[in-house]
Amino acid sequence: MDASAEGQVTHAEHRDYAGAKLGMWIFVFTELVLFGGLFIAYSVYREMHPHDFHHASGELNVTLGVINTLVLLTSSLTMVLSIVAIRLRRKGQSMLFLGSTMLLGCIFLVNKFFEWRAKFHHGLYPGSEHLMARPPGERLFFGLYFGMTGLHGLHVTVGVTVMAFMMALLRKDRIRHDDFIKLENTGLYWHLVDVIWIFLLPLFYLAA
Amino acid sequence: MSTMIESEAEHQHVLGYGTFIKVWVALVILTLALVGLSATHNQALMLLGLLVITPSKASLVFYYFMHLKYENAALKYMVLATLGVLVIFLGLTFTDYLNR
Repeated sequence: MDASAEGQVTHAEHRDYAGAKLGMWIFVFTELVLFGGLFIAYSVYREMHPHDFHHASGELNVTLGVINTLVLLTSSLTMVLSIVAIRLRRKGQSMLFLGSTMLLGCIFLVNKFFEWRAKFHHGLYPGSEHLMARPPGERLFFGLYFGMTGLHGLHVTVGVTVMAFMMALLRKDRIRHDDFIKLENTGLYWHLVDVIWIFLLPLFYLAA
Repeated sequence: MSTMIESEAEHQHVLGYGTFIKVWVALVILTLALVGLSATHNQALMLLGLLVITPSKASLVFYYFMHLKYENAALKYMVLATLGVLVIFLGLTFTDYLNR
């Protein structure tokens, strides 16, 4: 192989659609196992302290939990529509749907902020005197609640940040109707975040 | 060439918003049903919500929003294997705790 041919090889655009998607799915599997482990911990402690879990769950704001569920479900819809739009060469619509997804993700976090703030005002936060005076099952419930919704909230934050980069790529035509794998992988991540919340709702908010 | 045709076929399926909007409507209805069941405070109905409605919602998201419906069999089995591993861990953990 001579120098010029080598140059051509390195400059040729390399795309591996199936590989990129498989890589993202494998990452999704690691996330499923990460949260799955926490769900198993929740199940065991709930089995050991059914009454404490029942009682503590009654203190969570069900309305806010349901509103946040609807917000995330809708954001999943706008995410998938953003991908369909770019494939149909509708760049403007795609950016609009992606922007809506980011906005809904931010609304979710704002709701979460108010929810946590109300808990803190009631003296409920990890390690607080008020919480430590409670029965062990309730301490475990709130520990899992803050840990799992916190880790989930971190994922929402990461998702919105990644979407901001995707927005820039869309604007510069680096994501196009024939090259949209980055947006599709962002979507896979965002839907995973949605699936985790789908399980958090009945386990924490509706367990009373 | 054959991979070209395959990936072309893979890409043929979605060319509209309709299916996804229908899936979203189904997800919203299932969520409201879940909340309704929990409001009855009936243990059996709440268990139904947790063991049937919630996994159904997750399946809809995986199957349609995450395009699993259109992926090849290998990926579908990988998802099942991952969920299977979680079920095995859940089962082993519970057999341990329940027999102490």
